[in-house]
Parts: sequence; structure tokens; C-alpha cells
Amino acid sequence: MPDLSASWPWLTLVAMGAFHGLNPAMGWLFAVALGLQERRLRAVLAALGPIALGHALSIGLFAVAVGLLGLIVPQRLLLIVGGLALLAFAGYKVVTRFRCVRWVGMRVSAVQLTFWSFLMATAHGAGLMLIPALVRLERSGAAVAAAQDGHAMDHMDMSMPMAMPMPMPSHAPATGGGDPIAPLLGAVAVHTGALLLVAGILAVVVYQRVGVEVLRRAWVNLDFIWTGVLTITGVITLGVGLWQVLMG
Amino acid sequence: MQTMPTWRPDPTLYPSPRSAMQAPPETFGYVVRVNPNDDGKPDAICTIDLDPTSGTFGTVVGVAEMPHAGDELHHFGWNSCSSMLCPSAPHPHMERRYLVVPGLRSSRLYILDTKPDPLHPHIVKTIEPEEIAGRTGYAKGHTVHCGPDGIYVSALGGPDGDGPGGIFVLDHETFDVLGQWEIDRGEQVLAYDFWWHLGHDTMITSEWGTPKMVETGLQPDLLLNSQYGHHLHFWNLRDRKLTQTVDLGKEHQMALELRPAHDPTRSYGFVNTVISLADLSGSIWLWHRPEGKDGDWAIQKVIDIPAVPATEDQLPPALQPFKAVPPLITDIELSLDDRFLYVSCWGTGELRQYDVSDPFHPVLTGTVKIGGIVARTGHPAVDGPLNGAPQMVEVSRDGKRVYVTNSLYMPLDAQFYPEGIKGWMVKIDAGTNGGGIALDPEFFVDFGAFRPHQVRLQGGDASTDSYCFP
Repeated sequence: MPDLSASWPWLTLVAMGAFHGLNPAMGWLFAVALGLQERRLRAVLAALGPIALGHALSIGLFAVAVGLLGLIVPQRLLLIVGGLALLAFAGYKVVTRFRCVRWVGMRVSAVQLTFWSFLMATAHGAGLMLIPALVRLERSGAAVAAAQDGHAMDHMDMSMPMAMPMPMPSHAPATGGGDPIAPLLGAVAVHTGALLLVAGILAVVVYQRVGVEVLRRAWVNLDFIWTGVLTITGVITLGVGLWQVLMG
Repeated sequence: MQTMPTWRPDPTLYPSPRSAMQAPPETFGYVVRVNPNDDGKPDAICTIDLDPTSGTFGTVVGVAEMPHAGDELHHFGWNSCSSMLCPSAPHPHMERRYLVVPGLRSSRLYILDTKPDPLHPHIVKTIEPEEIAGRTGYAKGHTVHCGPDGIYVSALGGPDGDGPGGIFVLDHETFDVLGQWEIDRGEQVLAYDFWWHLGHDTMITSEWGTPKMVETGLQPDLLLNSQYGHHLHFWNLRDRKLTQTVDLGKEHQMALELRPAHDPTRSYGFVNTVISLADLSGSIWLWHRPEGKDGDWAIQKVIDIPAVPATEDQLPPALQPFKAVPPLITDIELSLDDRFLYVSCWGTGELRQYDVSDPFHPVLTGTVKIGGIVARTGHPAVDGPLNGAPQMVEVSRDGKRVYVTNSLYMPLDAQFYPEGIKGWMVKIDAGTNGGGIALDPEFFVDFGAFRPHQVRLQGGDASTDSYCFP
């Protein structure tokens, strides 16, 4: 049976990727519009690459930040700061009544579309939502490195509020190899892959079969759900961080 | 004054003009009512019952008076429309709820809330001219369009009454005045209307005159010297820079209403010129460029409506030397399927319907005669001749009903109908297959001494919304 503590961050990354991919504001709708404007499916497919790349860049920024901070800051502090950042951002979304990004323009080059996707993901706090998973993976990468130095037991497993010692890395992520950054880059790839899959399927199905009319019926306000997820993630992250402090 | 977004998209937002045509028929509409009498009483936004099953069909059922007199309310628009579904910054959970109403004379701007009681909208915010001038350099607000990223308002000029006129932007949600829209206006000075091709990142602006050139009416010396506007300006909507100016020819004075194809994949549209100095005719022009190409825009005249000979005693002093009544094309409107173009001839007293399925070759498919400088054609629902003539045109989303009001602008009303326009609004039923238009013989809203201008229909109409999907 797979070890949950090792696999949950990856499952979270996939689930979040699918969730982000589902949001029309993250790009699939733009791909559909570009296809309709040019009247060809190829335009839909061509848009997906830049959309995924822009999202990956935004997520990657958070991953690198977590990786670098993880080198100098204890995990529990990283969790507390991350949790507070998530809650602050969720609060900001509510206070500003979920204001949207200002962007005019549909005729975009691949570079502009990449930048647009980066902007949308960043403005929605997509990377923030991944902080718990990223911190966990950063630790597991660091743990491999530490284990090789014989200090693995210093690290607590943030996934277990019971503060169980972290399982020895008998099946730690293959990407580890002692580099704390490598699993984080893997995380970005896995997350973006899930986003691309969901957004791609939605874009093609809406373009080919369903039609944009579906927006009128099916487009519930994802900003509300999104902010809810930010809040819940923030509470859990903060809670685990505080728990680790309490448990010493 | 921010409101919370809703859980579901606003039901009046449609991704494409095609789907908007399936919208339910409007049951009421809003009409600007100007008070031309110098009696200290204000202008108003009137609510008209447009539900044919209602006992008060075709009557004024609500009057929202402004707090000040002398605004000269003119055009107005919505805070939210179908462009909220545009994919680059989608936020369709913003309700179509607030009317944005500029005063053309006062330069004031009112925000009215239609939500608690749609029949009786009430003012929730007033933006004073000093604030608009201070933040944008503009005065005399005119056209309002809800854009993907804000509310755009055109302005005839600056607070000193001179040019340049241009566009300023309001925040969608707070109605804060954000500033001047243009980053590089090139040689553009005159302004009037604007609209866009969202699928082509192109804004188009037209030309009338600066506030000083129009506020006392049309000035003969300026007109005869071709000083009123005769250019169209094309802008990059994203960069906010002027990219091209085309000249219709200086004899074609006053290039006003812009009606781009509603289908965002199309790259053409129509503009009217009011009067030709050569022969008093009015004309409709088509701007276009090959689809899928980024090149220059071209323009050509596609409709020409001649003046009609008349005797001096039939004409107001301004027209007597010419012994003819000009058509005076003052408004046009394109149905949501881009199929029918409606043309108001405010001088000769006609509303014309053209089939523009082939935009290069319009075909006249219907004419309704009412009012007119000479003709004074009456209406079946009332006795006697009528003055004023079809002016503001609004077409329902399904394309089946056309609403028309008869007043233009007080200084111009006085020049062409010096006896004083009696205000009215009529309804015209349109055939959507082969075309054809006819007056609804029952529908006649009598505004008496007041002057009605722009009409906005419940949930949107053929000149409020823009679409990002074909």
C-alpha cells in the first residue's frame, strides 16, 4: 500500500491542477475564443501551450521561493508564514469583492498569451494554494539530502498533525536525489500537466461540441469556491505550522 | 458602492450576438426625457412599459428626475454587459444593474441603480464636472459603452470648450473616474461616438465638433467651411494609440454614429454623415478590411440619400436659401445578426431599413414615414401632424421591434424645428426574414413639451452590448 504521507502532496498537486484548469479565467476560455475567432481547432490547441507555460512560470516562482526559504527557515515557520499569506490573500479577495484583472485584447502572440496566463495565475494566487504541498516536497527533497548526512530525524513531517517522525525515505520521490529544488520542479510539472489536461479537454469539447452558450448555465462563481479553497488551505497550513511549534 | 458578485452569471449576458437574439422580449425600457423649458425643472429618465400584455403598455410608468436642472441628458449606458464574458478578463458575475447617464450640457455624470425597483431607478452617485475635468481633462460626456475592463465614456472636448475631445474610463465596480483613455492621439482633435471590434483589438472614433462648435447649434460659417468632423479614427484598443485616420471628404459634414458588426470575427461597420455640402444629401459609409488581415482600414460610401426640394415657406430660416429639405441622417442602428441597418432621416421624416447582408451593397427593404420638417406625417394613434422625426433608434435583441424618438439636441432642435418639437416615441415592427417595417398603430408615447432622446431596453439592446464570441 502506498504511503499516504509521501503521495498526498502529489495528489494535491494533481487535484489543484485540475481545479485551476477548470476555471475559465485560467485560460481554456481564451483558447476557445481564439479558435472561434480564427475558425479552426488548431488555434485552440496552439493557445494551450502558452497558457500552460505562463501558469507553470507563476507556480514555479512560488516553488523556487519555497525551496530557497526552506534552506534557511525551519519548516514550521515556513508553514506559519505560508498559512498567514494564504489567509491574507483570501481576505484581500473578499475585501476587494473579487475584482478581476484588467486586460483588454484578444489578438495576442504566444509570448503575450504566456504573460497573460502568468498574470492570471499570479493574480488569483494559484501558487499560494500549493504552499503546503510544496513545503512538504521541499522537505522530502531536503530529507533525502539530510538522510545522506545522517540527520533525517531532525525533520518533522508536516502532513501529520500527530507529529509522527517522518518515514525514512525508502520510497521518497524519485526526483529527490538530495536536491531540495528538484522535487519542487517536479511538482510544477505535475501540477501544470493536470491543468493542461483539464483545460485542454474543456477547450476542445466546448469548441467542438458544446458551444460557449454553456457559460450562461454552468459558470458558477468560481471566485467564491477559489477563495474558499485558499482559506481552507491557509487554515490547515497555519494549523500544522502552529502544531509543530507546540509539539516542539 | 461596490456590490457583491453573484453566484450565477447575470442572465442578461450572452457570449455571442447569436445567442443574445434568443433573449426574451423586453418588457420595459428607459428613455431620456429632456426638459427644454427654462423653468428650473430637471431632466429625467423615464421608464416605458413595453409589455404588450400589460394594461399600461406604451405609457410612462416611472419618472426618475435628476437633482439638477439643465443637464441635457442625452446618451447613456450600462455598467455591465455581455463583454464581461470576454475571455481575457472574464467576470460575468457582475450584475447589469446601474445606468451610467452623462449630462451633455452640464458635463455631470449620474449613476442610477435599477435593482431594488427596475421601474423606478434612483441615483446612487453623482460625479461632478470638476472631478471629471480634473482627472481626465474632458467635459461634455456623450457615448457610454461598457468594455471588458471598464466603462468607457466619450467627451466632446475640454472644460474650456475646445478640443481635443476623447474618451475617459470609469471603474466598472466603484465608478471612480480613472482618467483619459488615449496614450497617443496623434492628430485627432474632434470627437463624438466610439465603439470597437473586440475580436480585432480595434477602437473606432468619429467626429462632430468641440463644445464651442455645437453648443449654440450648427454655425453656418463653420459648416460652410467644412469645419465639422469628417474623419474616422482607428486605434489599437490595447495600446490606446491612434493607428490610422481616414478622411470621408470634407464636404461630408459630421460623421457620427458608429455601428461595427456585432460578430467579433467580422471586420466592417457603418457610420453616418449628416449632411453633404455639395447637395445636402446624407450618406452611410462602410469601413472594412479583409478578414484575418491586419492591414489598413478602407472606407467607401454605400448609401446616399438625397435632399428633397421644398419651397421657402415650408422651411426654417436656416434652410430657406437652399430650397430643399436635407435627409439629416442623425442615427443608425445595426440589428444583432448584422443583417438590417436602420437609418433615421430626421429632416425628411423617415426611418429606413436596409438589408446589409452584403455590407457593400445595401438593399432598401422598408420605410416608415413620420414627422419631418416639411412632411409632418402623423401617426394612427393620434390626430394631426407631428414634428420632429425619427432620430434615436433602438432595436430589440431579437430584431423584431424598433423604438424611435424624435428629438436630437436642443440647440439643433431649435434650428431645424424652430416652432419647438413636441416629443414622442413610437414603436415599429420589423420583419426579420425578408425585412419590411411598419408602425405599431397602437403605440405612441406622448412626451408633450418634453424631448425624448436615447432609449435603452431592459436587459440590453442592439447598441449596448459587445461580444467576444461569434
